[in-house]
Amino acid sequence: MKVERKCEIVSKTRMGDAIYMVLEVGDMVRTSFTTPGQFVHIKCGDGLLLRRPISVCSCQEDEPEDTLAVVFEVRGEGTAWLARRPVGHKVDVLGLLGNGFQMDREGRYLLVGGGIGVPPLRGCAQYTDGRSTAILGFRSKDRAILLDRFEEDCIDVQIATDDGSLGYHGFVDALVRRELEKDRHYQGVLACGPRPMLRNVAKAAAEFGVPCQVSMEERMGCGVGACLVCAVTMKDGTVKHVCKDGPVFNAEEVDWYA
Amino acid sequence: MPDMSVKLAGVTLKNPVVVASGTFGFGREYSRFYDLGELGGICAKGLTLHPRTGNPAPRIAETPMGILNSVGLENPGVDAFIAEELPFLRKFDTKVIANISGNTPEEYGIMCEKLSGAGVDLIEVNISCPNVKAGGLAYGTRPELAAEVTETAKRHANGVPVMVKLSPNVTDITEIAKAVEGAGADALSLINTIRGMRIDVNTRRPVLKMNTGGLSGPAVLPVAVRMVWEVSQTVSLPILGMGGVSKGEDAAQLMLAGASAIAVGTALFADPFAPLNVRDGLADIAAKQGLGAVSELTGGVRAW
Repeated sequence: MKVERKCEIVSKTRMGDAIYMVLEVGDMVRTSFTTPGQFVHIKCGDGLLLRRPISVCSCQEDEPEDTLAVVFEVRGEGTAWLARRPVGHKVDVLGLLGNGFQMDREGRYLLVGGGIGVPPLRGCAQYTDGRSTAILGFRSKDRAILLDRFEEDCIDVQIATDDGSLGYHGFVDALVRRELEKDRHYQGVLACGPRPMLRNVAKAAAEFGVPCQVSMEERMGCGVGACLVCAVTMKDGTVKHVCKDGPVFNAEEVDWYA
Repeated sequence: MPDMSVKLAGVTLKNPVVVASGTFGFGREYSRFYDLGELGGICAKGLTLHPRTGNPAPRIAETPMGILNSVGLENPGVDAFIAEELPFLRKFDTKVIANISGNTPEEYGIMCEKLSGAGVDLIEVNISCPNVKAGGLAYGTRPELAAEVTETAKRHANGVPVMVKLSPNVTDITEIAKAVEGAGADALSLINTIRGMRIDVNTRRPVLKMNTGGLSGPAVLPVAVRMVWEVSQTVSLPILGMGGVSKGEDAAQLMLAGASAIAVGTALFADPFAPLNVRDGLADIAAKQGLGAVSELTGGVRAW
C-alpha cells in the first residue's frame, strides 16, 4: 500500500446513479494488487478529515502509469466532491488496501452483486477469464450498471430487479438457489452488496455446500488497520476489521446477527 | 536547523512529535510508510488488563472539522502487547509509551508492574476514556479518584515515568491536574476527546451505535490550546499536548501554550505522513524565529 498524491482522473462516465471513474495511479497496481476485491481510500477535498473507501472495479498494470477504475454513488459531501472533479484533475489515493476474494485463476465462480456492490465483482469476472457466472441485482432497470462489461467477461449473466423492470422480479438469492440447484460445482460464491443480501446469499450457498466469500462494508477511519473503527463481529465472538482483515471474509465466519 | 530534541518527564525525545494513542495501533501499519524512528515517540493503542472486543459498529462519524469515535478500547490485553507488539516497537529508534486503562486502581497497578518489567519508556495512564462505562471517565472527572489511580500507578511503575492523560470533559481541568501532580505524576497529557454526538436526521438515529463518542480533529484544537495553557500555569509538570494537530503551526501553538511535546492523532487518517509534516513544519517555524532549539517555544505565549 502506498499514497499516490497526484492520481489523474482519466475519464468519468455517468452510469445510472453511479459514476464510473478511471484514475492513473502510478505503480500502485504493480506494487500492491493481490486479488480482486481490494479497495482504495480517496481523499475528498481538504475540509473532510476522512478518506472515502471505494472498491476497485477493475485495474491493470500499464505504461506510463497503472490504471484503476472505481464506481461510486454520491452518498454525502465526500463523494459529491469527488463526483464534481473534472477529467484531468488529480486526487490523492491511498491503496491498494485490504484483502480481496481468494480466487483460483483457473476456477469458475458464481459472482453475486447487489446495487453498488456489483462493480467490485467485475475484477473477479476478468480474473477468471470468462468462466464465471454473474447474478446481478438492482432496484430497477434504470439503476442497472455494467451489464455490457459483465456480458463480455462472464459465461452467463442473470439479472434480478426489486420491481421486476428488468430480468427476474425479486432478490438475487432466489436466482442463486436456482443456479446452484442446476449446478453446484462452482468453486465458490463471491458476493458484494448490502448486508441483508450478503446474509441471504451466504445462507443459500451454505444450503448447497458451496463456499461463500462476502465483501463487507463498515464506516472506516484510517483504512490501514490502525484505528480499529471498522469492526465486524465474527461467529467466534472475536472482532475483525473491514480495512485490514477484509473487506472480504469467509461468509461462515461472520456473525450475521451481531 | 534548530535542535529538535525535547525532554518529557526526564525522557529525551529526538523531536517533539509523538503519535496519539488509539490512532496508530501498535505501529505495524504505519511502519509500511516510513521508519518509525522518525517519530519522537509512539503512544501505543490503549491497553487493558484483559483483552477487550470494544463497542459495536458504527464506531466513527465525521463532523465539521472533526470526527467522533466510540471504539471502546478494543485491544488484545497487556500480556499480548508485551509478548507480541512491544518487541516490534522496540526495533525502532523511538520512545515507546504504553497507554493503560483500568476498572480499578489495582488493575492500573498490575499493568504498571508488567509494563515496567517489560521495558517501556513511559506509561500514559488513561483516566479519561469517554467510551467505556466502567472506570475510565469517572477517574478522570473526580480529583480524589484521579489521585488514587496516579498514586497506585506510580507505586507500581518501578521508576518508569508515569504520565496521566486528562479528560477535557470536566468543569475545571486544573483541579484534576493539581490532584494528579500531588499524587506524584511525572507528566500530563491532554486533551483526550470531548464527548459529542451526531444524529442522522433522516433515520433520526445517532450515527454511532453507542449514541455518543469522543470528538477529535481540528475542531478541538482551540480547546486543547486553552486547556494546556491553563494547566501549564497551575502545575509544574511537563505536558504532552494534543488535540487536532495537523500542521506545524498547530504544534507550535500547543508548545507556546506550555506543552513540552505534542501528539498527532486524527490527522493520520487523512495523511499517514502527517506526523512527519508536523515535525518539519515545526522545525521551519523554530528556524524562522531564529531559535536554537524547538524547546524554546514551550510556554512562550505572551498572554495579554
